[in-house]
Amino acid sequence: MGIEVQNVSKTFRSFKALKDVSLKVEDGELITLLGPSGSGKTTLLRIIAGLELPDDDNKGSVLFSGEDVAKKHVRDRQVGFVFQHYALFKHMSVFDNIAFGLRVRPKHERPSKQAIADKVTSLLKLIQLEQFATRFPSQLSGGQRQRVALARALAIEPRVLLLDEPFGALDAKVRQGLRTWLRRLHDEVHVTTILVTHDQEEALEVADRVVVMNQSKIEQVGTPEEVFHKPASEFVIDFLGNVNVFKGRLESGRAHFDSLAMDVPGLAHAPTGNANVYIRPHDLEIDRTKIGSQSLAANIERINPAGAHAKLTLLGVDGNEIQVDLPFERFTALNLKQGELVYVSPRKVHVFAPEYMI
Amino acid sequence: MKSRFKQYSVIPGFGITLGYTLLYLTLIVLIPLSALFIQTANLSFAEFWNHVTSPRVVASYRLTFGASLIGAAINAVFGFLIAWCLVRYRFPGRRLMDALVDLPFALPTAVSGIALTTIFSKHGWIGRYLEPLGIKAAYSPLGVVIALTFIGLPFVVRTLQPAIEELEKEAEEAAASLGANRFQTFIRVILPTVFPALLTGFALAFARALGEYGSVVFISGNMPGRTEITSLLIITKLEQYDFAGATAIAVVMLVVSFAILLSINLLQWWFSVGRRRVA
Repeated sequence: MGIEVQNVSKTFRSFKALKDVSLKVEDGELITLLGPSGSGKTTLLRIIAGLELPDDDNKGSVLFSGEDVAKKHVRDRQVGFVFQHYALFKHMSVFDNIAFGLRVRPKHERPSKQAIADKVTSLLKLIQLEQFATRFPSQLSGGQRQRVALARALAIEPRVLLLDEPFGALDAKVRQGLRTWLRRLHDEVHVTTILVTHDQEEALEVADRVVVMNQSKIEQVGTPEEVFHKPASEFVIDFLGNVNVFKGRLESGRAHFDSLAMDVPGLAHAPTGNANVYIRPHDLEIDRTKIGSQSLAANIERINPAGAHAKLTLLGVDGNEIQVDLPFERFTALNLKQGELVYVSPRKVHVFAPEYMI
Repeated sequence: MKSRFKQYSVIPGFGITLGYTLLYLTLIVLIPLSALFIQTANLSFAEFWNHVTSPRVVASYRLTFGASLIGAAINAVFGFLIAWCLVRYRFPGRRLMDALVDLPFALPTAVSGIALTTIFSKHGWIGRYLEPLGIKAAYSPLGVVIALTFIGLPFVVRTLQPAIEELEKEAEEAAASLGANRFQTFIRVILPTVFPALLTGFALAFARALGEYGSVVFISGNMPGRTEITSLLIITKLEQYDFAGATAIAVVMLVVSFAILLSINLLQWWFSVGRRRVA
């Protein structure tokens, strides 16, 4: 089922949690809402669920397959909602938790006892917890609890699955496992899914499309590849992973920063003025010798060789700190040492002129 | 000597605290109570049985336990409502209302008794409207229920408040998103979660009502066989220097109250174990 959010605003007392936000989610898509805390992503999710009501300004609407559900109560929207802290019913067994949504249906819609049992059993199989049916939530690990919460949400065959930082309370290893599992699950059941997270890695890994949010607004909507490689704003590039920032100037399509000058094709017609130049750590190359005019001299401050990339912290001659990620093979081949003077050259830069953005 | 009850703990003092607990309970609770049984032992069983089953005494049991039970049940319902309102909503005057709940704790019971009598008697503020309806509030069993409800209220409210505060709002939202209406959410999610606390509050209010004397004697009218509670009967016997008779009735009260409280505790234990049971 496709979802459309149109011009929705939400105010809590004097705080504007959402400012005129519009978003379209295609049927069967897995979309992530990514942003720092306080960016409005959870509020947007809760408005889609019906757990919050948008401001009553006659502009905002929420459409499920074209049907306006703004006035519909959460229990009539048929959404599966998964909370960060699981929100399982502690006094019920795993089985009863999953069966809850089916048992509270009005009598004429309620499946038979046997049908409910079959449904729960198949869901337990799906979340790989068949032998835990009679356990209570307190006897499960965090990852298991969240899987139960997911099964409970899926039991009502929701039109849309909404996940509010579902893996936020789990440790890194479990989180990674569940993430992959969730993506596989989505490919099986194909229910439209919206996942809220502040973990950019998670967002980029599971999503079909990523919605980057900041300060109650949507900054960019795009595939993981688009938001990562073609960030629409300074915020997006800054939020999605590490980045080096240089203050510079833009003059007739060329960015000048430190001692470098580079052509910026997209900003050929931008007016002259201040600009910020962003370079990802993995877009920097290191050499012992100066290559042409496109390199900066810097001293190696610190080396962290743990990982697929060696992470180097350099100090530019004019005091700029520069982060460089070097493939491990390259790092060993160069045999770099702390304190050495090297030359750094950018392969790719992102330039943002404050008053002229692409 | 190693005891199998004693486990290593970083917090020392199992021996001394258990010793103190036993000593304290003995001095404060067990010795006075045993005196009761010793005093009763002066009677032969036939005499004892005569004392505790005389019609007037039996009527007083019925009134005391019945009215206490009704009072505690009323408090369980309305105390729940008040606790819910005080915890869930923010409104002007909430703190004042919160403080008002404790008033029955603090008032000398005789004062509350007189106050209630004044209000509910034939010419009182409320009594005068009840009278034409054929409802006699003061000087009737109903008066006893009113007094016992009044003094039991804080117990239910105060035990429920923390339990309601700890309710997870998200569990209710989850229930709603799964299609449950408010009633289903209340019965299936909220009530089972706060039930142990509700039971404790109920038991406390009930126990308090059983032992109540001061407020009831004013409003009940103390008509033998009709509005006379057991505590009053005991006092009456004492005033007539019938110590053995008084203690005999007291023993019955004691045993029955203990049995009821113990069974409520067992029920609560069973309930809290039930949700933790391993399959």
